[in-house]
Amino acid sequence: MCAAHNPENSDKPTRRNFFKEGLCIAIGTTISIVPFAAGLAVYLDPLRKKTAAPGDPIRVASLTSLPEDGIPRKFAVLADRSDAWNKYPNVPVGAVYLRRREGKIEALHSVCPHAGCFIDYAPERNSFLCPCHNSTFALDGSINDPKSPSPRGMDPLEVEIRGNDVYVDFKNFRAGIHDRIPEA
Amino acid sequence: MKKVFDWIDNRTGARKLTQEALYENVPGGARWRYIWGSTLTFTLFIQFVTGIFLWMAYSPGSQSAWASVYYIQHEMTGGWLLRGIHHFTAQAMTILLVLHLMQVVVDGAYKAPREVNFWFGLILLLLVLGLSLTGYLLPWDQKGYWATRVATNIAAITPIIGPSLQKLIVGGSDYGHHTLTRFFALHAGVLPAMIIALLVGHIYLFRKHGITAKKPYRKPDAAFWPDQVLKDAVACMAVLAAILFFVLRYRGAELAAPADGSEPYSAARPEWYFLFLFQFLKYFPGGTEIWGAIVIPTVLVIIVFAMPFIGNWKLGHRFNIGFLIAVMGGAGLLTYLAYAEDGKNPSFALAVKEAHRDAARVKILAQAPSGIPDSGAATLLRNDALTQGPKLFAKNCATCHRYDGHDGTGLLVADPSSGPDLKGFASREWIAGLMDPEKISTPHYYGGTKFENGKMARFVKKSVAEFSPEEREQLHKVILALSAEANLKSQAEVDKRDIKLIEEGRTLMANETMRCAECHKFHQYEDEPNGPDLTGYGSRDWLIQIIANPAHERFYGDRNDRMPAFADEGIMTAREIEMIAEWMRGEWYEPESASGAQ
Repeated sequence: MCAAHNPENSDKPTRRNFFKEGLCIAIGTTISIVPFAAGLAVYLDPLRKKTAAPGDPIRVASLTSLPEDGIPRKFAVLADRSDAWNKYPNVPVGAVYLRRREGKIEALHSVCPHAGCFIDYAPERNSFLCPCHNSTFALDGSINDPKSPSPRGMDPLEVEIRGNDVYVDFKNFRAGIHDRIPEA
Repeated sequence: MKKVFDWIDNRTGARKLTQEALYENVPGGARWRYIWGSTLTFTLFIQFVTGIFLWMAYSPGSQSAWASVYYIQHEMTGGWLLRGIHHFTAQAMTILLVLHLMQVVVDGAYKAPREVNFWFGLILLLLVLGLSLTGYLLPWDQKGYWATRVATNIAAITPIIGPSLQKLIVGGSDYGHHTLTRFFALHAGVLPAMIIALLVGHIYLFRKHGITAKKPYRKPDAAFWPDQVLKDAVACMAVLAAILFFVLRYRGAELAAPADGSEPYSAARPEWYFLFLFQFLKYFPGGTEIWGAIVIPTVLVIIVFAMPFIGNWKLGHRFNIGFLIAVMGGAGLLTYLAYAEDGKNPSFALAVKEAHRDAARVKILAQAPSGIPDSGAATLLRNDALTQGPKLFAKNCATCHRYDGHDGTGLLVADPSSGPDLKGFASREWIAGLMDPEKISTPHYYGGTKFENGKMARFVKKSVAEFSPEEREQLHKVILALSAEANLKSQAEVDKRDIKLIEEGRTLMANETMRCAECHKFHQYEDEPNGPDLTGYGSRDWLIQIIANPAHERFYGDRNDRMPAFADEGIMTAREIEMIAEWMRGEWYEPESASGAQ
């Protein structure tokens, strides 16, 4: 089916063949790289795009909507969100737990620092419980069980009271690590 | 290292396969005429690589497809290059397919025992054309949308199954999400998979029967590697260079305005290599399209498929070559005629110009801080005063009014105007013209209207004509004051500069010489008004209200001429009226950097 090495061919000076072979490989590699290079440039685009810088504190609730009982309540955080070509003004971008404690307001990020699941408040045990890997947290957000898989306590967020409104400096933190580093 | 290769070879037989692949005998040595198959395989490789990367950023769906392609093209690094390579490689493939077919037919490579391989090649050709046809729609721009409508409507004239066939291709009775999902599945899934399968068979059969060497042999036999491979590589490089040349020259592939079934697109043409079919259809009168669109092309394709059998006949080979040349020549002639007709057609040139204008405009709108709305990019142009204003003016206003002498879109109207020319309405120049005794009764202003010799015209022609220089000075201030009411963007700076004169002008409007307040209401001055309210004259709200209902108390009341109440009579929607008003006032979205210069 396929002719074996042609005797005439092997008589040719090998240097010339080497040159040709090298040229084949060089051209072949170069022209094959072009479509990959163009594709990779586009694929790597997300690395070049900066995550939106955290904005100003966001109003999440009115003071009156927070009872004095010290039990955390969940509030949606509304902000402008951009998703590739779409921009959505004032849509839910996350949620925080707010509670009153000794006259102050505490805010905790609702996302688990372990793997990013949404943490539930479990009223029967009066603590936070992550439904994914059973990380539990005390009401102040600290880890209350040494066996908890989470590398750190829930992420506190800065709270500011302006008149009757509760403002939260909302940001997301990297999950899975001990240190609390905002996402960039 | 050798051990590793031995191990691999022992388990897979890779060495023998490579040997067979590389040391295939080429009778008569390597030649340039054998490169076409390799260049096609290479272009196919480019299409697979670039296609998969494009896939990672493409979103099929009638609201998102255009936006995602726009995003690739204008927002992602290197996106225009990636898309450009994919686009121009598709065109290169079509050319290479024709060259490959010609070479195969001329060299008689279709003859026994290579019939099956010839058919594989022809099916591959049709599949690649299928890729072009399906890919053309995916950006969901006006160009692809209208071309695809034509293509799928042609499918619908197939006897008996036509309408069902069209419904299946389109994914419903109207073009939308499922048209895109179906086309995309064909384009990125079904057709490429079939091409790979057939290409494997094609190359296998090619190797089985060996190359059809062109006689006489000028050189001794040689192995495929490296002589022929080098020629193939150089040819592939030339093809790539040509592709990149076009990509750079045109800055990537074109992206027309987003698809909009309600917006005419007279610039609709298929991709250039389908133009001959497009042109061919023009010669078939209504009811006989099926001959031009389906029957004749099918017969021609069947003849090409039958070439191996025709070739057995004594003159068969010559017939085949002649036939192919005739078909190619015919297609070439039809393509030329299509271009020539378009070239001579001024309305096509205008349509292309409009298409480019819309494409450029929608890009600016998509880059606005508000981004592309959920409802899809087509909404951007539908709600854009700059795009819609002229069209709405031409449709609703230009029966009586003119805009700088034309109908708003630049076309001249045959009938004489019977309403003022509204270019620059409420600007200083426009009002100065109205107050000019020489001009007020010309067609540019009140000529041809009920007010041609009305109170206002009489006042201007009698009193204003006899104004003393001092009174003229006062009139000038009144004009500045009235024009300032409009709050025109184009006059923002001069209005600010002349704020004192404008203040004086406002007080002068009640003055006994100027006599405005005798008929018109103007802020606090309130006699029995029997002319339009001049408070906010020419402002956005004033314009919207007068278009909505000119016979309203605030405007002409029962003295209104023929102008309809566009809102109250349901002629235009509120948004349409807003867009006319905004366009007349020169208010539309401009990007930050450009608006400063305007």
